[in-house]
Amino acid sequence: MDLKRKSRLMQQFIFVGPTSLFFFVIVLIPFFLGLYYSFTSWNGISRHVEWTGLRNYIHIFTKDPSFLNSFWFTAKFTFFGLVLTNLLGFMLAYVLTRKLFTRNVLRTVFFVPHVIGGLLLGFIWQFIFVRGFASVGQATGLSFFNLPWLGTGATSFWAIVIVFVWQNAGYLMVIYISAINNVPQSLIEASKVDGAGRMQALRHVTIPLVMPAVTVCLFLSISWSFKLFDLNLSLTKGGPFKATESVALNIYNEAYTISRFGMGSAKAMVFFVIVAIISLLQVRATKKREVEL
Amino acid sequence: METTAKKFNISLLLAELLMILLALVFLVPFYFLLANSVKSYSEILSDSAALPSVFQWNNYAEAWKATDFPHAFLNSLVVTVTSNVLLAFLCSMCAYKMVRNNTRYNRMLYVALVAAMVIPFQAIMIPLVQIVSRLGVMDSTAGLILAYLGFGAPMTVFLFHGFVKSVPMDIEEASRVDGSSPYGTFFRIVLPLMQPIIVTVIILNTLWIWNDYLMPSLILQDPALRTIPIATYSFFGQYTKQWDLALPGLVLGITPVVIFFLLMQKYIIEGIAQGSVKG
Repeated sequence: MDLKRKSRLMQQFIFVGPTSLFFFVIVLIPFFLGLYYSFTSWNGISRHVEWTGLRNYIHIFTKDPSFLNSFWFTAKFTFFGLVLTNLLGFMLAYVLTRKLFTRNVLRTVFFVPHVIGGLLLGFIWQFIFVRGFASVGQATGLSFFNLPWLGTGATSFWAIVIVFVWQNAGYLMVIYISAINNVPQSLIEASKVDGAGRMQALRHVTIPLVMPAVTVCLFLSISWSFKLFDLNLSLTKGGPFKATESVALNIYNEAYTISRFGMGSAKAMVFFVIVAIISLLQVRATKKREVEL
Repeated sequence: METTAKKFNISLLLAELLMILLALVFLVPFYFLLANSVKSYSEILSDSAALPSVFQWNNYAEAWKATDFPHAFLNSLVVTVTSNVLLAFLCSMCAYKMVRNNTRYNRMLYVALVAAMVIPFQAIMIPLVQIVSRLGVMDSTAGLILAYLGFGAPMTVFLFHGFVKSVPMDIEEASRVDGSSPYGTFFRIVLPLMQPIIVTVIILNTLWIWNDYLMPSLILQDPALRTIPIATYSFFGQYTKQWDLALPGLVLGITPVVIFFLLMQKYIIEGIAQGSVKG
């Protein structure tokens, strides 16, 4: 009996031990350490860590317009990023589940931007906005291409949205395609027999049945856009004049550009709380609308 | 009957044409990138939309040298492959035991892992760097891989956990009756059954780790250890606006992952659809 217990403990240790250890060391301990630092004025170098209580948090909400601005930017970006990627992703999926000759090639084309990382994409698009659009503008005279795309806050915002949608719509398309393919053809046929048109079948049969995929896609696109960092760093670096600085980039600059680790940690905790709340609310809200088959 | 069939085909044809048009728009950025990567600097400035008048392949040779591309590629490969193998291996073991051995510790660990999935990287990065340097693995490939094992664990265990729950116990019991050890049962019976979810996990982690910029930028300093994203970042900073070098550098940077995607496309698409059902 004792031997059996010993062997069971050994198994637990071998199977679960390594992952637990890495998870504790890399995620849990840093997280709680960060929580502690958020109540201090630590600068990352000095041995002495001074406890300052809630001062960092009060400062963030009352005296740091750049952080609040980055929040406003991120919220706006998340809204447009989420709506546009999901609309385009769903539309692509809806059309590409019909019997098109080229649908496999098309799926590949729409997906391929996603496999390239945000950092490199940002650099590529920097060239397109600065030089490519200018050339197209010269040739066609269309004012859309002659805008100073990365020169003003408003156009830079849309520049990031454009790249984000281009990068991620194809990924959501893949998820929506598999969901649409799982809608039983018999239900669509039945609705047609009942006199429903293509649009009505889409609205009353397909969409309710793909709600689980909508949950997943909303979750993914919120998470991507709210945590926007790489693309932001390489495309606009938060500029011009911090107009397009995301929360993640603001925290990064706080910590590594001006070396305020305590303040950076406090911002990161605020960021965490908001990400957690949004994730919970969103999953709960869409779960309600799912239809069980 | 005939008219509806005809109408149906016309709408299909229209959809096809529209989609092809949209696909071309999606590809335009790649055209700009490739066409300008072989132009001379002055030609890029004078007209970036036209095809190159002379193909200046030398751009690539220079970018290859300036980014130290073979090194960066190799570093990315080592980090991505090692992290992937270890993550898949260790997390599948962990998830399996957590499902089959429903103790209080395992239940709490699962809750902690799921909760940790919403922790943004910025919330741990400052102390993480401190801990990695305390452990003496700062500025090393091992340190970077260690960080990926920890930060990748929540999502990876979560995906495996969902899958193991659907694996029937009967097979395992049969193998145990045949005298197989718990370890033998896992590696010979359960692990092969987990193949579809392993593919999903490897694809998701590969896309993440290969393209990740922030983690290696915090942990690595030695230029010899640079992965492709950090090599590209420092290269781009050095040659800002020197597009005849920057563009071929970017083409080199994206080539491996695009080739990987085209070769593994079928698995990647299936893997993502699979992962989203569990996620």
